[in-house]
Amino acid sequence: MINKVVASPEAAVADIQHGATLMVGGFGTAGMPAELVAALIDQGARDLTIISNNAGNAETGLAALLKARRVRKIICSFPRQSDSYVFDGLYRAKDIELELVPQGNLVARIQAAGSGFGAFYTPTGYGTLLAEGKETREIGGRHYVLEYPLHADVALIGAHRGDRWGNLVYRKTARNFGPIMAAAARCTIAQVSEVVELGALDPEAVVTPGIFVHRLVQVPASSRRVTNG
Amino acid sequence: MAARVASDITEGMVVNLGIGLPTLVANFLPPDREILLHSENGILGMGPAPPTDQVDPDLMNAGKLPVTLLPGGCFFHHGDSFAMMRGGHLDVCVLGAFQVSAKGDLANWHTGAPDAIPAVGGAMDLAIGARQVCVMMEHTTKTGESKIVERCTYPLTGVACVTRIYTDLAVIDVTPHGLTVVEMVDGLSFEELARLTAAPLRLAEG
Repeated sequence: MINKVVASPEAAVADIQHGATLMVGGFGTAGMPAELVAALIDQGARDLTIISNNAGNAETGLAALLKARRVRKIICSFPRQSDSYVFDGLYRAKDIELELVPQGNLVARIQAAGSGFGAFYTPTGYGTLLAEGKETREIGGRHYVLEYPLHADVALIGAHRGDRWGNLVYRKTARNFGPIMAAAARCTIAQVSEVVELGALDPEAVVTPGIFVHRLVQVPASSRRVTNG
Repeated sequence: MAARVASDITEGMVVNLGIGLPTLVANFLPPDREILLHSENGILGMGPAPPTDQVDPDLMNAGKLPVTLLPGGCFFHHGDSFAMMRGGHLDVCVLGAFQVSAKGDLANWHTGAPDAIPAVGGAMDLAIGARQVCVMMEHTTKTGESKIVERCTYPLTGVACVTRIYTDLAVIDVTPHGLTVVEMVDGLSFEELARLTAAPLRLAEG
């Protein structure tokens, strides 16, 4: 029997290694797998490289991981937010490395990894600081920049419902990076509000096919550490 | 300014309004036109903010503020959302700016100051992807310097991408013949506008 359901967030993240590259889903706090990140802090892995859109809000989720000094490098598009003071402090003190990537290139690099591409040409960023030193090419009269895929050892994502085969559906804008990160990591761990029986998810409406998900753990919305996870 | 931008958005257009000043445009969209708002975090058909007791933390806009979904609206992941942007599917985006050059170069993501924390988000994707890239900004900085310049001194967001500039003084198109003034606020002369603008301007014919 295939059963990807894991008993707890702690069990789900137990084997994450020091120095691992992790994707963390969420756009702001929507879709942020806060319990998995909290379990990772307790687990103790350090020298992590994090791939995420933002660099954490206040002191929850990713910001808590940053505050615990577990992150060596972050690859993201929008670290600066009104409540990103943990990241801001580390960055100004040069205690964290930042690779800033235009959001659509971050997305496409994650998708390229999940889809098996070696690289791709994108028009985004051409002629800007964020394309400096990169190969460019003119195709059909337009300028493009060569960008490489972003792979991860582990992806931590948040979803709404899932089944024991790993099929997932999301809720509203909490979907954001979940489906593309799930495909780009060797081990994808999803925290879901509810685990349902096989067949309970409408197959026409499954957003992430179970093949992309390796572990899932149920964290009911009512018991989450942050209400807007 | 927001009302002036809104008046150019026509029936059936799909529009992305950038964070900050451009967000105000939504308040002035004529209710008799069906216009779809896109939000890069994964919404097409975005509606206004909900009453405070109906805020859903899973339903936010790109500025991470609570919004609603109109009937017929839908959600999608970031891959689809940025395909809409990069792939030329959006009719219009409206962005704020630090500077716009005479050739339509846009600078709006980073001041380049050594202590500034850079953040780019989806600005570069909108700049190269939307069919019309409109900028909405004050004509001059707080210290009176023109934000329309011959060449941007701040780091670029996109090269030759801006199609129209809306300021508190004028509406200016970026054309192959240079910056062309389409409209000016009442009481302002072309000479006065040109004096306040650090790039050559010409008046639209007719």
